[in-house]
Amino acid sequence: MIYSQSVQALIEELGHLPGIGPKSAQRLAFHILRIPEPDARRLAAAIVDVKERTTWCTRCWNISDGPLCDFCLAPERDPTLLCVVEDPRDIVAVERTGGFSGRYHVLHGAIDPIGGIGPEQLRVKELLARLEPEGVTELIVCTNPNLEGEATAMYLARLIRPLGITVSRPASGLPVGGDLEYADEVTLGRALEGRRAMEA
Amino acid sequence: MAVPGKSYGDYAVVLKAMRLGEADRIVTLMTAEHGKIRAVVKGVRKTSSHFGARTEITTHLRVQCWRGRDLHTLTQVEVVDAFRAVREDLDRFSQAMAMLDAVDQIAQDGQEFPALYAMLVRALAVLDSTGSPLVAPSFFWKLLALDGSSPMLSACAGCGKPESEGLLVAFDFAQGGVLCEACQRGRKLSAPGTLDLIRRILQGQLRTVLFEPLSPDAAEMSRLAVDAMEAHVGRSLRSCHTGLVQPALRDSGQVP
Ligand SMILES: [Zn+2]
Ligand SMILES: [Zn+2]
Repeated sequence: MIYSQSVQALIEELGHLPGIGPKSAQRLAFHILRIPEPDARRLAAAIVDVKERTTWCTRCWNISDGPLCDFCLAPERDPTLLCVVEDPRDIVAVERTGGFSGRYHVLHGAIDPIGGIGPEQLRVKELLARLEPEGVTELIVCTNPNLEGEATAMYLARLIRPLGITVSRPASGLPVGGDLEYADEVTLGRALEGRRAMEA
Repeated sequence: MAVPGKSYGDYAVVLKAMRLGEADRIVTLMTAEHGKIRAVVKGVRKTSSHFGARTEITTHLRVQCWRGRDLHTLTQVEVVDAFRAVREDLDRFSQAMAMLDAVDQIAQDGQEFPALYAMLVRALAVLDSTGSPLVAPSFFWKLLALDGSSPMLSACAGCGKPESEGLLVAFDFAQGGVLCEACQRGRKLSAPGTLDLIRRILQGQLRTVLFEPLSPDAAEMSRLAVDAMEAHVGRSLRSCHTGLVQPALRDSGQVP
């Protein structure tokens, strides 16, 4: 072993984080070694805190501090309009546009057959269960403008249009192949406003 | 073979794409002249970058690469064919995923296999233009043959008894192909025209198969194709088990 056991353990844990290779893990570990102890404690406490206090909203699967998230609790949000996103971070992107007043549903991913992700691995069943009780009339599928996001939108349209619910997709103009979270709010806002109902 | 530190041009199909850190992407490419390679694409997630759309899976590209020690870096890409219909139709999409998955399993890193690249490009074009639900299963059979693993179809793979001397009632790729009553194991054949379909695919009559009406034969042929491919690569193909089974095949009541 090159480093002490505790340093080695930290490097290993950091290395499990997405986008962190062995070199970056080492760099982060040595950064943490050098920072003052109170800073390190705050970091550790924040990690523990987020795991203890946050869960998933039981209705829309957004991040939440209680059984229902703030969007689901807000009485002024329109329950008939539902925006479907891949990731809780995409809610932030849509909110920044200021142009959406409905509720959300987080799928926690997109259809990715080669990665073994099909509808069963996403929160699709939970979405279907919401449609009737909440009186949803339009589903805006705001998945990423890439291959997996498009496939997910096509799948949802095929599944949900027969129920008499409009399934729409933001207008083109979003950077194709990219992520929603990287779209600027003006572009995304325009795309939402100009959304089109999906055909069969 | 490309020399490290050298730039080279090639044609390629994007088999896989993975996030790398905040802004970059790693793509697995099936190239015409350099076999299967992994390459970094820088800055794909920036709105201003055109690399994002161009390096999505299934896209057929003309690329310029720089060869590093482990990874290559894509420096230029030009779209040869984006296979639009594959992107805009869920059934075509799920078949394309199965095809890319199988190619990724069969191709070895850095080993040239120009025939495999060429067959993939042709099959994607046929899928794009016809949308036949039998493109991916047919592709699997042809891929097995190309990889030197054609199954026995006209005589029992167990005892060698020819078809003329008795019915061939089962199929087991691991045993080498069809099996007679006495040797049977694997999957029992239940549709009468399944073997004929597979023969036609392997004997250059793919076009006639693709336009066959959906039938129990076609469904059984498709199921055997997945079985055989999985036995050949020695693992399950996740892309074939994600609940996106061809609805037409599902409706024929043959796919469980
Ligand atoms: Zn909620
Ligand atoms: Zn036999």
